[in-house]
Amino acid sequence: MKTQPSPPRLFLHFFRWYCHPKLAKHIEGDLMEVYHEQLRTKGKTKADIQFVIDVLLLVRPGIIRSRGKYQAINNTAMFKNYVKIGWRNLLKNKGYSFINIGGLSASMVVAALISLWIYDELTTNKYHLNYERIAQVMQHSAVNGGTVTFSSLPMPTSAAIRAEYGEDFKNVASTWTGEQIVAYEDKVFTKIGCYSESSLPEILTLEMIHGTRTALEDNSSILLSESLAKILFGDLDPISKQVKINNTFTQQVGGVYKDIPKNSTFYGIAFMAPIRLLFSNGTAMDNWQSSSFQIIAEINPKNDIKVTSYKIKDILYKHTKDATRPVLFLNPMSRWHLYEFKNGESVSGRLQYVWLVGIIGSFVLFLACINFMNLSTARSEKRAKEVGIRKAIGSVKMQLVTQFLSEAFLVVTIAFSFTVILTAFSLPWFNELSGKQVAIPWSNSAMWAIIVCFIVGVSVLAGSYPAFYLSSFKPIRVLKGTFKTDRFSVAPRKVLVVTQFTVSVVLIIGTLMVYNQIQYAKNRPVGYDRSSLISIPLLTKEIQQQYDAFRHELLRTNGITNVSRSSSPTTGIWSSADNLEWKGKDPNTQSLFGTISIDPEFGDVVNWEITAGRNFSNSFASDSQAFIFNKAAILQMGLKEPLGESVTWHGKNWNVIGVVNDMVMTSPFAPTMPTVFLIDSKERPFNIVHIKLSKNSDTRKVLSAIEEIFKKFTSTTPFNYKFVDQEYAMKFAGEERIGKIASAFATLAIIINCLGLYGLASFIAEQRTKEVGIRKILGASLFNIWGMLSKDFVVLIAISLIIAIPISYYSLLQWLQNYDYRAEISWWIFLAAGGGALCIALLTVSYQAIRAALMNPVKSLRSE
Amino acid sequence: MKKYRLGEFEEVVILTIGVLYKEAYGVSIKKEIEARLSRSVSMGALHTALVRLEDKGYIKSFDGEATEERAGRPKKYFQITALGKKAMEYTKSTRDALWKDIPNVALHLKFS
Repeated sequence: MKTQPSPPRLFLHFFRWYCHPKLAKHIEGDLMEVYHEQLRTKGKTKADIQFVIDVLLLVRPGIIRSRGKYQAINNTAMFKNYVKIGWRNLLKNKGYSFINIGGLSASMVVAALISLWIYDELTTNKYHLNYERIAQVMQHSAVNGGTVTFSSLPMPTSAAIRAEYGEDFKNVASTWTGEQIVAYEDKVFTKIGCYSESSLPEILTLEMIHGTRTALEDNSSILLSESLAKILFGDLDPISKQVKINNTFTQQVGGVYKDIPKNSTFYGIAFMAPIRLLFSNGTAMDNWQSSSFQIIAEINPKNDIKVTSYKIKDILYKHTKDATRPVLFLNPMSRWHLYEFKNGESVSGRLQYVWLVGIIGSFVLFLACINFMNLSTARSEKRAKEVGIRKAIGSVKMQLVTQFLSEAFLVVTIAFSFTVILTAFSLPWFNELSGKQVAIPWSNSAMWAIIVCFIVGVSVLAGSYPAFYLSSFKPIRVLKGTFKTDRFSVAPRKVLVVTQFTVSVVLIIGTLMVYNQIQYAKNRPVGYDRSSLISIPLLTKEIQQQYDAFRHELLRTNGITNVSRSSSPTTGIWSSADNLEWKGKDPNTQSLFGTISIDPEFGDVVNWEITAGRNFSNSFASDSQAFIFNKAAILQMGLKEPLGESVTWHGKNWNVIGVVNDMVMTSPFAPTMPTVFLIDSKERPFNIVHIKLSKNSDTRKVLSAIEEIFKKFTSTTPFNYKFVDQEYAMKFAGEERIGKIASAFATLAIIINCLGLYGLASFIAEQRTKEVGIRKILGASLFNIWGMLSKDFVVLIAISLIIAIPISYYSLLQWLQNYDYRAEISWWIFLAAGGGALCIALLTVSYQAIRAALMNPVKSLRSE
Repeated sequence: MKKYRLGEFEEVVILTIGVLYKEAYGVSIKKEIEARLSRSVSMGALHTALVRLEDKGYIKSFDGEATEERAGRPKKYFQITALGKKAMEYTKSTRDALWKDIPNVALHLKFS
């Protein structure tokens, strides 16, 4: 075999790579010839070196290949021209530009606000650094034949978890959260406080400003939020200051943490105190029978939440042997906010709303894009000449597409700059509406990337159809003047109008239905009288101990009719029991009852309605072991003759002495909870004082009188009162919020629609100017012409109504499934929405139609 | 008026092609210039000049035989075109005219 010495391969390949293919062959030949000659005369090394030098010196403009098939041409001048023409067109048609830019920016504001809202929803609780590893210990219990999920657990559960599965968990903390009174010197406030085991600040990774997260290990210590520390101490150093909680515990400030942000479940917690304080009155900490604690856990990084969740399932049952067979599990933090429990399954709850709102937002944006398309194509005749000339000069189709896309881009960019300003200004209003604290993350680079994608995306979405449509004109036809927009170009425009109106009508129907549902629930019989009723929470022991004296003083005051106490307010049921036994009860199922202790005056104060039997009375000693059920409870128990029945609970027999009508105490959209009333306050301690004012009393005067008496008994407690009717109205807040947001969207959608319709109608009127003129000469009346110009639109809107009604009907059926107490979907909603949409559309179109019809035919026919 | 543009190196190359007549290809041109003008010519410079001359239409090329020494690559021979000849003549005549018009004194002064 002949060994051929060869030049350095690397450089040979390099040469072949860069050299222009036309020259490569013979230059390589030259190189090889020189190389071989050098090889003969000077040896391999020198030949190699010379070869390398030659190859490197050949890297010259004339010899290296070009990058692509052809050299790129500089396009900037053309783009400048596009922008210039686009800009001139905007200025020339100011009304049209206003509709386009206004509609686009309005819908983009909606899209921006919604995106911020969704971002906030999806990042809920992400403030906590251990987000991925935090879970709440919860229980599934078999109640009423189904599975009910509770978050309240007995205090010793956390210790049991630590003892049995300590290696899986980094921290486990029992907590209890509620309104408490915080006092420092003469400053007294009611604040939400959290009593917890010492590891909670560590689990939540609180940002400490002073002190350490471990401060709660000391039972005499307390952690304050930054804002509470500020209002208590001002600028003084908070560390080691003494604060008083509920006039009972004196705690030393061991640290101050940054306020927990609003999109955390733990928002609003103003202080954290050791949980042992709750047991300082001697209550046992290992009572498995009372469930009132939330348990928050952080698992070890190497453990899986699902696996660990399965491990702990039997702990509770092992200790309580409860008949409901409770199963413990871990609910990961990522599912706290957007998911809810339905029959033991974690299903998407709020997440559905997030999706829904997102879809609506994109629809509104889509509407504005449709407007853009419609107006651009409607005006196509005006631009047709330009397209013809450009094509005649030599533009290829792609260049015209680029031109119209860049015009769309120009419009979208202008609209977006308005959007940014409007969003920044409307954010406070939006925060109030949505009950959030959303801010624009200016410094977030991901946001800017999304914005750029968004602008490009909207430009392409809105601009692509007109771009391809306009650029497809035949130059000969256009320039000869025989060009008329044909049937086929009108059809897609009609489809777009129909789509727009379908969306708007669906939104209107949805909004009406939400309000209808709210109104329906508001009209629900409440079962008690909540007017002139005030409730005061009993947070400190002073009034508890001297209640009789307190009551008497109140009754002596003018304008107060009656005073009573109970364990739960009338607008909530704070405690429940699932271990009632009665004759004829199915032994295999457990039934859940709300349990409320009241005093005999309660019925009179709230004015409930006894349907059978009698109220509690102080004159019967036996009433301390008596029950009054509500109707729902009797229904649940299946008792035919409830009066005189005996019910076993907590090892005692309780006599049923009365039945009251159902009262709406929990959600007005939910069925009434089966509830049992008793007067034994040892079972359920009193928490609330109810004061009934006489109908025509001066509320302000009476309130100050009450406050005076209140302060006489407990001077260091802030006087907080609530009007029951206001509290009740709060129950609709969530639904009213949906209603407000939906109506805002619907209004916006309709406005955008009408803008588009207005523009479209004006162009059509303009197109038919001559026709209108001739018709007028021939004797058409104003009404004829108005009918002629409006008819097309009416047909379109009728079609969209036909599409919108079934869509909204089925989606509303779905939505109403969320409510047990729900309104019927009545026909008037569809009628109102359809009629409303039609009226608004007609008004918009009519303005243009009548203007066209009123035009002097001499003027319209003279031109040309 | 820039009717014919011929750079200094390009002129040398096109003249050498003329000298070599039928034997003018990359390596032979390079060697000829190196021998006659005693200056070293890099392959890069030479080929760039050749490409440029061909682009201007002063020379044309055709493929020749492939030898083992050239690893099977063909030679590319160059020939002066009519336009090339005109360009050469134009260059020469302008140079001559310039030479002719230099007053004798100007040159003689150098030696004084």
